[in-house]
Amino acid sequence: MGPRLSISLCTLIAVVLSAGFAQPADGQWVVPRTADGHPDLQGSWSNATMTPIDRPGGVGAVLTPEQVAALEDGRQDFIETNLANSDPDRAAPAVGGEFTGNLLFDAASGGTGGYNYFYIDGGDNIAVVNGEHRSSLLVDPANGRRPPLTEEGQRRTRERFAFQRQFSEYDNPENRPNSERCLMSFGANAGPPMTPNYFYNNNYTIVQTADYVMIMTEMVHDTRIIRLGTPRHMPAHMRPWMGDSWGRWEGDTLVVETTNIHPNQTLLSISSAAFNPTENIKVTERFTRVDEHTINYQFTVDDPTMFTAPFSGEVPFKALDGLVYEYSCHEGNYAMAGVLSGARAEERESGSNQPDTR
Amino acid sequence: MCALAAAAFLPATVQAQSGEIPRLADGHPDMNGIWQALGNAHWDIEPHTARAALAMQPGPVVPVPRSEIVAFGAVGSVPSGNGIVVGGEIPYLPAALTMRNENRENWLDLDPEIKCYLPGVPRANYMPFPFQIFQSESKVFFVYEYAGAVRDIYLVDPGPAQVDTWMGQSVGSWDGDVFVVEASGFNGQAWLDRAGNHFSASLKVSERYTMMGPDHMLYEATLEDPNTFSRPWTISLPLYRNVAANARLGQFKCVEFVEELMYGHLRKNPIGR
Repeated sequence: MGPRLSISLCTLIAVVLSAGFAQPADGQWVVPRTADGHPDLQGSWSNATMTPIDRPGGVGAVLTPEQVAALEDGRQDFIETNLANSDPDRAAPAVGGEFTGNLLFDAASGGTGGYNYFYIDGGDNIAVVNGEHRSSLLVDPANGRRPPLTEEGQRRTRERFAFQRQFSEYDNPENRPNSERCLMSFGANAGPPMTPNYFYNNNYTIVQTADYVMIMTEMVHDTRIIRLGTPRHMPAHMRPWMGDSWGRWEGDTLVVETTNIHPNQTLLSISSAAFNPTENIKVTERFTRVDEHTINYQFTVDDPTMFTAPFSGEVPFKALDGLVYEYSCHEGNYAMAGVLSGARAEERESGSNQPDTR
Repeated sequence: MCALAAAAFLPATVQAQSGEIPRLADGHPDMNGIWQALGNAHWDIEPHTARAALAMQPGPVVPVPRSEIVAFGAVGSVPSGNGIVVGGEIPYLPAALTMRNENRENWLDLDPEIKCYLPGVPRANYMPFPFQIFQSESKVFFVYEYAGAVRDIYLVDPGPAQVDTWMGQSVGSWDGDVFVVEASGFNGQAWLDRAGNHFSASLKVSERYTMMGPDHMLYEATLEDPNTFSRPWTISLPLYRNVAANARLGQFKCVEFVEELMYGHLRKNPIGR
């Protein structure tokens, strides 16, 4: 009886302590904290949203209730239509594909019915930040659009396009986007900044220790290992895909500064704001728990070589009720061999790439 | 008071050690850090002598390394190892032993590591790469440098794995000062080493992580797979903490490193080999 009593007493004390700590008498939510007193960001989160990265024309920064209802109802209709079981007796799609009008959905299935909405979770809500329904994730500049490129930024962008234009898009595996190569998520989910991909698996798991904050991105099981403390950045020539991140607590906000991001990481990729970081990029992220279900995630991109001004955005991360699965992309990447073989077959048929028979 | 009550029921040897190991505020051993196996288990988990290469072909006098790896010279040779299999030999069923030997014969074509595929469990823990444990009061998470593999060690059992995966589903709990992980839900495609040792999707791995001091951890894993093995068997090896002042987990996103191997023949203009 002795040990059992001790253990249940311990449990009781623990329960009473933690309950008292997290839950004030009036039942109002207070931020949960880790043993060292910082807000507890741990758990799994999703940043899926319908709100695009950059602002579409003709809308203000904050959407009206009517605009929100129209967008969310429209998405709901789209989801319901595309959740319907496929007709097993349907004919083959028309040559060139049959398209729904939803760009991402069509791009992913090639208009061949490859996915229906069962496989997709692109977000069904407009992002709400500080009670406002936002029309874009970018909030600064005030027009919700990426600032203009510097002259150097324009030159580098032209150079990159010129380099790519030497090739046809299916000549080599390196000519395919990072996501098709299974290098990174197509939505730059891991960033930084960590933006949604508007398609699926916008999920993250955060683990916090005294010295680190670890953020695992479902796409493509990429982990950001953020060290806490005074930055001692890696040498400039070392540029891992998600850069070199250092974090610190400013009150109840986790502030993370990242430099050394890989030159081929495509940031803000599902938008017209997409860009490749230069050697001078610094991304500052702020994580603040604002309610039981939400982390307010703010980011500022400062890449003076690329842009004429820094710019900032806000994305709500919502608590995820579910498990994050293994996204073993490369292991099942039959598509890479498929598209390259297809291009070679077309070339053989058209006689445009005869094998060298000498 | 609680720690005192629990300590009274631990064996004396563990108690003697427990004063030396770091602990979290909740009293559990603190496994946070960057860990790595020493030795040559990643080549072959059974005891083995050094050999010229893993892939050999007949030579005029004795077998010689396969043409594909001759250029590696001594770098492609296999160092000897004392093995990590308790008892020395894996208790394969006859058909599974045949498959192991075929795997070994066709290593270059079949080893998932060559294609940068996820390593599976327990192989991930003794690859020649470090891994980092993130442990808080509510979460335990392993991040592996090789291929960026991850394991979220659930401290609340979510029930049977909903999908089969390379890394499986892991559920952790504390047995006194030992962190116990039950891993299952594998797809059976990973291997155990570069020597063709393998398992099926029925594999269940029971792992025990025991801190032996601040910088050493004993890793034991019992493998149970009635499709492959005649009985459960165990591997045992120490893991070492990287104590370097600048220790950090590197990025080894090897997918792009194997594109030439996997897709080079499909380029518009294949590079001559």
